[in-house]
Amino acid sequence: MDLSYEDVREILRIIDGSSLEELHLEIGEFRLTVRRKGAGASSAATPAPEARRAAPPEGEVSGAEVSVWPEGGPEPVVVQAAKQPAVPASAAARPLRQRGHEVKAPMVGTFYRASAPGAPPFVEVGSSVGEDDTVCIIEVMKLMHSIKAGCRGRVAEICAENGALVEFGQSLMVIEPLP
Amino acid sequence: MKRVLVANRGEIAVRVIRACRALGLESVAVYSEPDRGALHTELADRAICVGPARSAESYLNMPAILTAALGTGCDAVHPGYGFLAENPAFAEACAEHGLRFVGPPAHAIRLMGDKLRAREIAAKVGVPVVPGSDGPLASPAQVERVAARIGYPLLLKAAAGGGGRGMRVIRSRSQLAEWFLAASAEAQAAFGDATLYAERFLEGVRHVEVQILADHAGDCVHLGERDCSAQRRHQKVLEEAPSPAVTPALRTQMGEAALALTREIGYESAGTIEFVLEPETGRFYFIEMNTRIQVEHPVTEMLTGVDLVAAQLRIAAREPLGLSQTEIRLRGHALECRINAEAPDEGFRPSPGVVREWAAPAGEGIRVDTHIVPGATVPPFYDSLLAKLIVHAADRAAAIELGRRALGGFRVEGVETTIPFHVRILEHPEFVGGRIHTRWVEDELIPSEGGSAPLPNLPPEIARAKPALGGPR
Repeated sequence: MDLSYEDVREILRIIDGSSLEELHLEIGEFRLTVRRKGAGASSAATPAPEARRAAPPEGEVSGAEVSVWPEGGPEPVVVQAAKQPAVPASAAARPLRQRGHEVKAPMVGTFYRASAPGAPPFVEVGSSVGEDDTVCIIEVMKLMHSIKAGCRGRVAEICAENGALVEFGQSLMVIEPLP
Repeated sequence: MKRVLVANRGEIAVRVIRACRALGLESVAVYSEPDRGALHTELADRAICVGPARSAESYLNMPAILTAALGTGCDAVHPGYGFLAENPAFAEACAEHGLRFVGPPAHAIRLMGDKLRAREIAAKVGVPVVPGSDGPLASPAQVERVAARIGYPLLLKAAAGGGGRGMRVIRSRSQLAEWFLAASAEAQAAFGDATLYAERFLEGVRHVEVQILADHAGDCVHLGERDCSAQRRHQKVLEEAPSPAVTPALRTQMGEAALALTREIGYESAGTIEFVLEPETGRFYFIEMNTRIQVEHPVTEMLTGVDLVAAQLRIAAREPLGLSQTEIRLRGHALECRINAEAPDEGFRPSPGVVREWAAPAGEGIRVDTHIVPGATVPPFYDSLLAKLIVHAADRAAAIELGRRALGGFRVEGVETTIPFHVRILEHPEFVGGRIHTRWVEDELIPSEGGSAPLPNLPPEIARAKPALGGPR
């Protein structure tokens, strides 16, 4: 299928209304990566190449950058996002750790939200979790590693996209601890 | 081949990424947490954090590196030197996952990694080996029989090889039983294999190695030698080419020996065959083959004009070598100084930290391979190599002179460096006269270290880094 500029705008509008910092989307032969400017420190320090290439001219305020990689094509098609404040600046600037307990990837691997394709996700935003509850899986060379919540609380944010490669130390989820 | 994962850090990662770019290949860097923001991660098209500081969990972590390669759509992996470069299991794992390993086939790595087997193969194709045992030695009595044939001093070595472990110099019969047990226990602990063999221990020799390139179809050339006799504790300090001790006739002989071995094992990619050379007799002996790109490869590049890393990438892409032996010309003289973050006046204590100021020399005949920029951090977890200064001039005297001037052109603040030590070498009449051997740096320049060195008994020709740290080799 084809992804039109309007589709991308629509996706951006949805993301702008959410608290996501990064989105990886695969539809057919398209891969879409959206990354919010000034995202959390962990991802800002390791910009994806498409984000760097798509960097807007200095001084321009942009909500997000979007690039579309047609399969096999090395040069991303860049769609510049609308100039609109994405989320209240205070929310974007607030360090992750103040928002709750961060679940970080203990290894490089593929991030999965469910135990199997088609199975319900371990958690959704808003789910209550116990310290030892599995919240996601990271696959490394066909080995599945269960990732625990690490604290009792409520899932406030899911920062990685199902099926995406996550780096060592990357934020996967934020859990708001319950007293 | 379109996208290459560079499974290394430091200057060699930068070097490989630049070669990828020159060939129109995309590159993906990997890094450990303390290397976040390092130059190689900035230069690559993409960078993936693969683990924490400990090499075993990051740069040596095969599942993490393979996952990063596959997850970023790479079709090839360049291992650099150290770390996973000479790990046959890694080369095999790459192949199993459809990734081209930019290096030799796993079987060649495995063959040459077994030092006793390598020696047997060399002998079989008529490459001279250091006189020694014909196979493994099971008891001190067997060592004694070898000694009766070739004489003392003898060098006991571990067949599983490397790092100077499981190695002892035996100067007389009285030491034999004791050192045999010690060496085999050490080999067992270090490699899980107590097998030992023995060689005549040669003294006053030079370390001379031959660079080769071989393609998938079996075409191969040698690119002359490098002289790496300037060593400290089995680590190369400074390398040069051509060797002051090698005549054109000897070069042809050594080159042919190197190519005979290359062909015999079905080698492919860049490789180095190391020899010890007795300068008086011109006799040379095979020590081992390094199945990777080496730290000192730029010396050969400056002399021949052949880009060895680009050649590795092309060979991995199954392109023909496209070079014949008669096309390889050695022009002028090249020298390389390894600039380490170490304090030479304090026993070469490592000096990690933040490089507050960094300016490298530039100009005609001067090349600096480095990953350091002003403000860069030298973490304490890995090798201390900051930069390689390579100079190239019309002849040896001019190259030494250019080297001295270029060393004077460095401005470094924040960490100690070995620059002053290199100036001492380049100003020393015996070095200038081309009269050094593999013990010369330690005997002549740092005699205070001679007695206190932790491994005083080791043979000078063993120039291997601690593999776990992925040090320069």
